[in-house]
Amino acid sequence: MSKFFQDHQKPVLWTLLVVFLAYGFYFWDSVRTTSILNFSLSYALPLILAAMVGIIGERSGVVNIGIEGQMLLSAFVAFFAAVATGSLIMGAFLGMAAGLLAGAFLGIAAVKWEMDQIIAGVVINIVAAGITSFYYTPGKSLPAIVPRIKIPILSEIPLIGPVFFNKSVFVYMTLIIVVVLQVMLFTSKWGLRTRAVGEYPSAADTAGINVYRTRIFNVAIAGILAGTAGAYLSLDAAGWFERGFTAGRGFLALAIMIFGAWNPLGAMAAALFFGFASGVASQLQADAVIDIPQQLINMLPYVMTLVILSFAAGKVRPPGAVGQPYKKEG
Amino acid sequence: MSQSTEEKQLNPTLAYLVRKQSLVVPVIAVLVAFAIGAVLIYFQGVNPLSAYKTIFQSALGSERGLQRTLEKTTPLILAGLAVAVALRVGLFNIGAQGQLIMGAFFATWAGFTFTNLPALMHIFVGLLAGITAGAIWAGIAGVLKAYRGVHEVISTIMLNSIAIALLDYLVNYRFKEPDQSLPRTVPILESAKLPQLGFIPLGFLLALAVALFISWLINRTTTGFRLNTVGTNKFAAAYAGIKIKYVVVGGMLLSGGLAGLGGAIETLGITHRFEPAFNKGLGFDGITIALLARANPIATIPAAFLVGVLRSGAPTLQFDTGLEPEIVDLLLALTLLFVAAPILGKLIFRKRAEKTQNVSSGWGS
Repeated sequence: MSKFFQDHQKPVLWTLLVVFLAYGFYFWDSVRTTSILNFSLSYALPLILAAMVGIIGERSGVVNIGIEGQMLLSAFVAFFAAVATGSLIMGAFLGMAAGLLAGAFLGIAAVKWEMDQIIAGVVINIVAAGITSFYYTPGKSLPAIVPRIKIPILSEIPLIGPVFFNKSVFVYMTLIIVVVLQVMLFTSKWGLRTRAVGEYPSAADTAGINVYRTRIFNVAIAGILAGTAGAYLSLDAAGWFERGFTAGRGFLALAIMIFGAWNPLGAMAAALFFGFASGVASQLQADAVIDIPQQLINMLPYVMTLVILSFAAGKVRPPGAVGQPYKKEG
Repeated sequence: MSQSTEEKQLNPTLAYLVRKQSLVVPVIAVLVAFAIGAVLIYFQGVNPLSAYKTIFQSALGSERGLQRTLEKTTPLILAGLAVAVALRVGLFNIGAQGQLIMGAFFATWAGFTFTNLPALMHIFVGLLAGITAGAIWAGIAGVLKAYRGVHEVISTIMLNSIAIALLDYLVNYRFKEPDQSLPRTVPILESAKLPQLGFIPLGFLLALAVALFISWLINRTTTGFRLNTVGTNKFAAAYAGIKIKYVVVGGMLLSGGLAGLGGAIETLGITHRFEPAFNKGLGFDGITIALLARANPIATIPAAFLVGVLRSGAPTLQFDTGLEPEIVDLLLALTLLFVAAPILGKLIFRKRAEKTQNVSSGWGS
């Protein structure tokens, strides 16, 4: 335990500070604190998942600008599949499959065809927007709502209980995915290979790792997470779908990934911070404490992204081979 | 050298196609996209041939239709040029949309604010306001890229969203037309309106002239050489003493200025006021156009015209057949897919396919 603390002094101290402050505010105003934190989490959730997509891709050397399109497509497929089949599970499943498909396209285009990765991502975004806006039909509604699952005992804890442990399956899945990914990326064989392929592909190749296959596999698998994010948005968070539904979350996620220095837990913290800032702004607005027009509040996450990136971009180091197609010599 | 000996062994037709593949691939991409589109239209219960015929007839069949098509094409040429110029510098400007609406708004602002200007002067001031607004908006991304290492794709996307929210705020509060439920500005003054020459909008001719000018600038001047060098090889550019940071910022200013000009021409020539619903999606069509044109300034003209025809004919298509106008988005998305992915080039030319242009760079550089 003390070794863990020594290795991770800063994050542990920050976490303690955040928990301390949260409970401080909770005892001051329990209703508002809970509502702001609830807002933060539901705002952050798709961003967390999408940031994981970005992290897996970039850790293995592939830039994924197409997260936005992957999410949009999956949200669309999840919603209309659920409507058509009358089953939310079927909807979520097909949504994930759509994410996987889009991810596989990016993997193959970027790795096999050596297509420019940014262009490949933008193509995914535009194709997803084209498909979803053409086949969109208004006036449909979901067969059911996603049930909340109350975790016994844990959900009784004040503040943390209702915020984290009385949520839908998507929330639990996301939290588990982040932790598992953090551990896998830095301690498992898959993680070592992934990072090797993303940092120094020719060395990885020399060591007998199949660079192409690792990259395609990772980007495709990450697509499932993008699919989960999309399914969460349309099935759980909103309960409806419209054109341009994802509203730039896939791009915010990339900024969050950079802000979190390509670490799953760091990205989760960054996403929660984004959610928190938006939650506070909306709460202040709702209470009429400050009179800022809604349009300017909508601007907040984007302005924050630019400001944070302009300070963070120089400080954190991206994986060495990000954006470069790997070419075997000879 | 080996390339040409290889070409001699091919039969003359194929050799010609290989040499001209940057022309052949986009044309085939469009055709394939239309063929797939035809299947999709068929599954919607509409006869694809008559659907395409309706689009083209409505867009090109009458003087009225042609005028509408040229009006649609004008801002698309400039949006395409904006993306194309940035690509030449190795920058992917996804933010043409934000720059364009900033240009449209500030051209409107100049159009109703300055009251005592003679017509020619007022138009000039309006266009200049649009160019400046667009250039500044893109310039922010350029500065962030050059001095803070923020990747332009992220920053321009963020700037798009910020522009939408900011303008939404401005037309709802500061510049809202009084006694109107719709959030929109007052119309511009008569003196700021761009006139028509018969059925040809003056703005269209202006856009053509700008495309020619940009082509000359990129291909025939030292400035263009600097832009291209930074775009193709940063290390060589640095070695040659080119100040990359200046070129990056300058490239973004030029790109944004073009997008802003597109918005300004649209405002002064057609919409005559600013409304958040105007100018939707033009910047994103610009991406498709620039890639279809392979970042060649002159080629943006036919590419933009094609998109303009589709956009202009889509409402009639909906009226006649009930097919949603979003079919155009789908057709363009398919076109982009086939023109950007090297599948077609590889299928047709096998090993002789040219490489797709590499524009991406790491987040840090």
